[in-house]
Amino acid sequence: MAAFEETGPRNPVTESIRVDKVHPRARFMKNARAILVLILALIGLIPVVAMGLTAFKSRADVVAVPPKLAFEPTLEGFVFLLTERSQLSGSKLEEAKANADDLGLFGQIALRNGQRVNGPSDYVTRLWNSLIIAGGSTIISVVLGLFAAYAFSRFDIPGKDDLLFFILSTRMLPAVVVTIPLFLMFRQLGLFDTHLGMILLYTVFNLSLTVWLLKGFIDEIPREYEEAALVDGYTRFQAFYKIVLPQAATGIAATTVFSLIFAWNEYAFALMLTSNNARTAPPAIATMLGRGGIEWSAIAAGTLTFLIPVVIITFVLRRHLLRGVTFGAIRQ
Amino acid sequence: MATIKLRQVEKRFGEFQAVKPMDLTIDSGEFVVFLGPSGCGKTTTLRMISGLESVSTGDIFLDDRKVTWLRPSDRDIAFVFQFFALYPHMTAQQNIAFPLQAEGESKDEIDRRVKEVVDLLQIGHLLNFRPGKLSGGDKQRVALARALVRRPAAFLMDEPLGALDADFRESMRAEIKQLHLNLNATTVYVTHDQIEAMAMSDRIVVMSNAEVQQVGTPAQVYYDPANLFVARFIGSPGMNLMASQYGNGIVRLPGANQYVVSPDWRMALGEGLDSDDVIIGFRPEAAHIKPDGNLVGEVYASELYGAYTMLHVELDGNEIVHIRSDRQTRYPIGSKVRFDLDPEMVRFFNPKTEMAIN
Repeated sequence: MAAFEETGPRNPVTESIRVDKVHPRARFMKNARAILVLILALIGLIPVVAMGLTAFKSRADVVAVPPKLAFEPTLEGFVFLLTERSQLSGSKLEEAKANADDLGLFGQIALRNGQRVNGPSDYVTRLWNSLIIAGGSTIISVVLGLFAAYAFSRFDIPGKDDLLFFILSTRMLPAVVVTIPLFLMFRQLGLFDTHLGMILLYTVFNLSLTVWLLKGFIDEIPREYEEAALVDGYTRFQAFYKIVLPQAATGIAATTVFSLIFAWNEYAFALMLTSNNARTAPPAIATMLGRGGIEWSAIAAGTLTFLIPVVIITFVLRRHLLRGVTFGAIRQ
Repeated sequence: MATIKLRQVEKRFGEFQAVKPMDLTIDSGEFVVFLGPSGCGKTTTLRMISGLESVSTGDIFLDDRKVTWLRPSDRDIAFVFQFFALYPHMTAQQNIAFPLQAEGESKDEIDRRVKEVVDLLQIGHLLNFRPGKLSGGDKQRVALARALVRRPAAFLMDEPLGALDADFRESMRAEIKQLHLNLNATTVYVTHDQIEAMAMSDRIVVMSNAEVQQVGTPAQVYYDPANLFVARFIGSPGMNLMASQYGNGIVRLPGANQYVVSPDWRMALGEGLDSDDVIIGFRPEAAHIKPDGNLVGEVYASELYGAYTMLHVELDGNEIVHIRSDRQTRYPIGSKVRFDLDPEMVRFFNPKTEMAIN
């Protein structure tokens, strides 16, 4: 270090492949930044961790003050969440205990609370609804958005700017403002509480996002690639399919995640426009709060299971996502 | 190989006229270069031939087959782009095979034909790389291979060397020319680099302001420019041009200098001029410095180009002309030089029409 201070440059070198040439101050700053980011990440993770822990706590541990960090994990919360149970008493309970070996994992856990599993709960259906509605609307809005974005990016469309603004404007009204008229329309059209209705609604809502995002990505792809394919003997659609699509993969991945997250998390529309048949998970979790005694572990288990699909998708597409998010900044 | 015919081909973008109606016939096997400053319409014309751009009016024929409204894929042409336009997600091999797959060739046939062009261009070592890993010159070789592999009726090249380094450009120039000689393929080549145009072409189409200025061999556009634009644009520096007066076989330059017109030219000048005004033009190498020369000027600047010296000579009347002298003799700035003009290489232009007189 001493040698460095005598001969080194006056301005600190902040980036170097040689560790010994990095100025101590620069190294300290780098560490300080890393620590700061770590602290922020920890603060951000507290609710998630609390939720994750609560999901595996027993009834008694959930309400313990101060909250227990070390406890015996149990799947009670998940059993409460995912099953319909009935209370057993007296001889029936004895009988059930005698045959406990025949029960599955959930059955045995329920039995410890003196309950019998009658079947899956509503929440399983809600989660399934969420999957269908969010997945369906995401696929449709990304596919439609891709075609629209390609057209906006490549062709001379009369009134292009106005159209693009119009598409964006569909997103300007907050959900609460439009739910009532939508509710009335949906009821008239028989779309209330249907999967189709919710898929349509989320698709329309997401289209503005997908068109704008994807147009940005497609604008970045030089036209020459398609033109080369056109003179190489391919039709416009083939060129789109064989050349533009692979090039736009990162953009498509990023757009898919964004619109999936919106459709998956959406609460206000789902609360107002579904009741039983097509109800999605977010309003279902919220209504759990109001039912008799509050089963915190069940709610935590619900939010945890609700979180997992989005985490998985984001994780699978993370490489594309990262490149997609920084796409506009880097020219290849 | 095909002939390409343009008949009154015009391109408008709204009010803007990108290419004024033009006629051109490119013979089979010919190497034609579209040369002009940027924005002159040369690339638009090329794109119209390819079908990537539609024509506003007029017709395009490939071998008497009218292709004006055919899709690019149905025209049987190949296009080489300035920035190569190699598909980034495919290897060089896949890039070259791509046009053949469109034709639905069998795998064996594709492999055979890819190997053929790969051998021709000697790019076998590049086949497994993606374009991102290739140097500019290698990218362009792969792009050429992709164009060649289909054996199209014509090659269209849009500044294919524009994105390459200077030293590379020179060797690629020779490669492309060599390739053309081997294949005898009709080629249309767009560039703004006149050295490329002079070195490679059979004929040059000089364009400016959406219009064809002159069509001719490199020698023709250099020695016999059709108008003032071509005279100025071709050559570096361009032709020396001076507004002068003509009368009785004598051109009076600004100031006291005079040039006696050779007898062959007198008739033409008499017919071609509608007043005394004339523009006299000569290339730097048309001036010969000698002690008893008729024209006189003062050295304003002197640039040694290695093989020769380019003198900037200020004539009487503040006109500066470029004169090429040998590389040995030094002409100090401010010294007087006398020179004569080679009568074979002096050209005259009508200042009103800006057209050459001949």
